[in-house]
Amino acid sequence: MPNANVLLVDDEVPFVEAMTKRLAKRELNIISAVSAEEALNRLEEDRSIEVVILDVKMPVMDGIEALRLIKARYPLVEVIMLTGHGSVESAIEGMKLGAFDYLMKPCDIDELVSKVEEAAIKKRQHENKIIEARMKEITGRRT
Amino acid sequence: MNSDYYRSLARNMFLIIIIVSFTPMILASGILIYEFNISYHEKVYAHLKELVQKHKQNIDSFLREKLGDIRSMAKTFSYEEMMDQSFLRDRLETLQTEYAPVFVDLGVINARGVQVAYAGPFKLRKALYYNADWFQKAMRREYFISDVFLGLRGLPHFIIAVRENWKGEHWILRATIDFGAFNNLVENIRIGETGFAFILNRQGEFQTKPLLEIVPRKGPYIDLLKSWKKNKDDISIIERPDDSGNKNIYVVAFLKNGDWLLVYQQNASDAFSDYHKALKMTFAIIMLGGIAIITMSFILSRTMVNRIAKVDREKQMMNDQVVEAGKLASVGELAAGIAHEINNPVAIMVEEAGWIEDLLEDEEFHDSENYNEFKRSLKQIHVQGMRCKEITHKLLSFARKTDSTIQDVKVNDLIEEVVSLSSQRARYSNVTINTDLQRDLPSIRMSISELQQVLLNLINNALDAMENAGGSIDVRTRLKGDYIEIEVSDNGPGIPKANLTRIFDPFFTTKPIGKGTGLGLSICYGIIKKLGGEIEVHSIVEVGTTFHVCIPIAKDSNI
Repeated sequence: MPNANVLLVDDEVPFVEAMTKRLAKRELNIISAVSAEEALNRLEEDRSIEVVILDVKMPVMDGIEALRLIKARYPLVEVIMLTGHGSVESAIEGMKLGAFDYLMKPCDIDELVSKVEEAAIKKRQHENKIIEARMKEITGRRT
Repeated sequence: MNSDYYRSLARNMFLIIIIVSFTPMILASGILIYEFNISYHEKVYAHLKELVQKHKQNIDSFLREKLGDIRSMAKTFSYEEMMDQSFLRDRLETLQTEYAPVFVDLGVINARGVQVAYAGPFKLRKALYYNADWFQKAMRREYFISDVFLGLRGLPHFIIAVRENWKGEHWILRATIDFGAFNNLVENIRIGETGFAFILNRQGEFQTKPLLEIVPRKGPYIDLLKSWKKNKDDISIIERPDDSGNKNIYVVAFLKNGDWLLVYQQNASDAFSDYHKALKMTFAIIMLGGIAIITMSFILSRTMVNRIAKVDREKQMMNDQVVEAGKLASVGELAAGIAHEINNPVAIMVEEAGWIEDLLEDEEFHDSENYNEFKRSLKQIHVQGMRCKEITHKLLSFARKTDSTIQDVKVNDLIEEVVSLSSQRARYSNVTINTDLQRDLPSIRMSISELQQVLLNLINNALDAMENAGGSIDVRTRLKGDYIEIEVSDNGPGIPKANLTRIFDPFFTTKPIGKGTGLGLSICYGIIKKLGGEIEVHSIVEVGTTFHVCIPIAKDSNI
């Protein structure tokens, strides 16, 4: 099993390509999208996605807006904000909205991978807790 | 703004002050002088008129009285009685005891002009007066007062003659009035230094002894006679210059039913001496006042214009600062745009380099002879990419406009924090950092990270400057009105004057390439200006550099 299922979202295609290759080499299962809309579609199609790496500054729908939608629809999915914009305000804004963390572009690949893994672990823990809670509910019902 | 402009400004101000203050002064004094002149003339004229009027009455009554005496004598006594030499002498004596020496002699003259009786000091009995002018005039009237003449006795005198009838024939009683006594009447009129009086007859001959040795020329009096014939009771005043050009006042009254003329003459300058004195005083005051006004307006206009020039210079300086701020702002916009556009390509390049690095990790490349060279090159690409990132991020923070994390900041706490952060580095550079913080400072509202950035920049710059030699850095805070002043000073090598004006310019740096971006102080400048504060630098080469940062305190802050 790969370390995590990751959705990489950035409007810069070459960046997405390079990143995909690099992250895939680091045993991550990467799905890519070059716009926020496409990312939402991918999330809809593939419920196994655990972590989203989301660029803040994108045309049409920006990262903050996308983050809001993702958090509303898939609350368990963890989001790492990736900003090429110097201002950290929007990234902090993202943190407030429930993003896992933020990184500045260009970022150190190892840092990114470790963040992704942490996020994935966190997500799985959440899921496990939910499953346990459900199981308790079910077993509780039986007795 | 050249000096010509200020000169003309000063001149205009000077002229306006002078005109505005002189005009009312001159107008007021002019009107006052004019009115005073008129009223003073009137006063002097009235005084002179009254004087002359009084003397005219005196003289007229003197003549009338003497005439009355002689007439009553002629009526009372008959021709025969008067013919008697001793009787006549008795009469003269009576008159003389009563009037002192006014009457010189008495004489009785018959119709043929022969003096038939005479009493007096001269031997004039049997004198023949038939051809005498006065005799002929006296024969035609009831009484007659002659002009002053020398007559047979050779002394100035005048005659009062009264005509009477005796047995169908006229006879005349004649009295001679002493000239001296009469002269006293007029000679008493003396005013000032040049005022005197005299009497003229119709022909312009003097009837009294004119004053002193100056015998007035007759010319003007004859003109006077000609021009003043109309009203006999009137007293006229005229002013006209005499031969030497001095203006004289003539007060003229007719005496003796218009036969004689009483003239009072006075030098105008003498009559109006008080007026001229007042006039001189006034002019002296105007002159002194004028000098004072001119001096004051000169000084005033000079100081005012100097002030204006100073204010203009300050305004110019402020304009320069505004332009500077605007320039920095637009540079900031530009920088932000460029930084943002460049950041993405750099990110991609770094990632691609990273990808190649990843690929190099595969077994097959390890044996390549250039493997290490590839690794080194890729490492370099990565390092330079990170440098670019640093630059673009600093640029963006320099141009950043909004900060959502504004909060109340306790300056002193933050400074302690930053100083402890820097102390490690300072120790390596052999630099001590001292703090002198005013306690109980009000808090300021700004982003903590921005203030941190400002302080770090300033302290790091100071540390950089003193890296080789070591030294000390002093950080001070104090409350200064509505501002908190933070002062960061070092005793490093200082900043050369040529660089001092440029240190806040973006990308200006004196550090070696790769060491500094030249953005640190620009960012500080942007942050402080955005807050409405001030950042200034004072530096002396070989002595040290001091940065003053003023940050406005939060309005509703509590200490």
